[in-house]
Amino acid sequence: MGLAEDVLRGDRLALARWLTWLEEDDPRADPILAELFPRTGQAHRLGVTGPPGSGKSTLVNQAAAWCRRQSSELVAVLAVDPSSPFSGGAILGDRIRMRDLAGDRGVFIRSMASRGALGGLSRRTADLVEALDAAGYRRIFIETVGAGQAEVDIARTADTTLVVEAPGMGDDIQALKAGILEIADILVVNKSDLPNAAATEHALRASLELAPDRPGSWAPPVVPTVAETGQGIEALMEAVDRHRQWLRQSGEGESRRRARAANRLDGELRHALTERFRREVSDGRYEAALSAVLERRRTPAQAAEELIRE
Amino acid sequence: MSKKLRVLIAKPGLDGHDRGAKVIARSLRDAGMEVIYTGLRQTPEMIADAALQEDVDAIGLSILSGAHLALVPRILEVLRLQGMADLPVLIGGIIPDDDVPTLKAMGVAAVFGPGANTEAITRAFQEAAASPKAV
Repeated sequence: MGLAEDVLRGDRLALARWLTWLEEDDPRADPILAELFPRTGQAHRLGVTGPPGSGKSTLVNQAAAWCRRQSSELVAVLAVDPSSPFSGGAILGDRIRMRDLAGDRGVFIRSMASRGALGGLSRRTADLVEALDAAGYRRIFIETVGAGQAEVDIARTADTTLVVEAPGMGDDIQALKAGILEIADILVVNKSDLPNAAATEHALRASLELAPDRPGSWAPPVVPTVAETGQGIEALMEAVDRHRQWLRQSGEGESRRRARAANRLDGELRHALTERFRREVSDGRYEAALSAVLERRRTPAQAAEELIRE
Repeated sequence: MSKKLRVLIAKPGLDGHDRGAKVIARSLRDAGMEVIYTGLRQTPEMIADAALQEDVDAIGLSILSGAHLALVPRILEVLRLQGMADLPVLIGGIIPDDDVPTLKAMGVAAVFGPGANTEAITRAFQEAAASPKAV
């Protein structure tokens, strides 16, 4: 395979093309992934999520630049923005905030549209992460669409998940709500130079204290930052490295990797079984089951059960 | 299913007016394309490198500063050095009629001036992007 070798040689054009093939379900993509998959698993995957306008892209810009100053390790950024539900198009604007990374050939930034997926990532994001890992990128930032409370897929994809909040985006009842705060390994209060920052930090800390203990006793720190100026980025990245070490030492890293592999395997199984089933079952039987649901003679679960059993 | 078209919209040079670029980005989005928008004051190198990383099917440049005859050849040159000589480049902005043939001779796929119809622009992107790229 020519392209796989090109990717390993550091050919960024080849990598970019492979990422497109993966996104497009192009049949040329998967054999390359199969060939290079044994090389994956070396990168640290850093998820960055939080509400729109909390400063995720600006934070990633600073954090990625910081990583490049610390070591020569290659850094990649995958930034996901929402697709329009009407046209299927998207405006992907995260690069606007990542100017400091331009011109550094050790950084690879790729924008992705969510293409209808609802969990904050796109269906193919995890595969693109594997591809960047195989290509030798050792820090991979994964920035989700602006996420509120339910978009928690990132925790199943990243090793370390940052939840970025900003002052004035909700009262302390919001901070008590389940979902996005529960997936935070590190909570970032960005724009911490704004007047309400101390109150926001306090509310988040209080909410964390009420949360049940997590496996392995990692207490998520709350880190204030001003991504615009870079203030707090060093402390944030030190917290990230502490979390990475803790993942290694506590065994939690291993169990997360296991859960991630199981999640991917289950997803592929579902996909493959559905495909096989749709090939084997006649259109007529499928249509009959669909009518039964439409006419409310069968629940969707009953109809599915009957299709499988017949 | 046909491939989702990805296009880069960029503003090279120093002028700070990005309203036109945003209108075009929006109408390409509404036509179902994925539009990577890079913002103001991009150097030719930044534009070409973004086009590479994003593996776009076409680039749209918005130039209002009058520097198009200086900027465009540099961008095309950097693209060529990266192995992307076949990538279609479209230009919008304030471009004197006399300069259009010069730009086209350099390899620019289409040039649009003020008041150009957004539907025609969208079609031009679709046609340019659909032309087969060398892999």
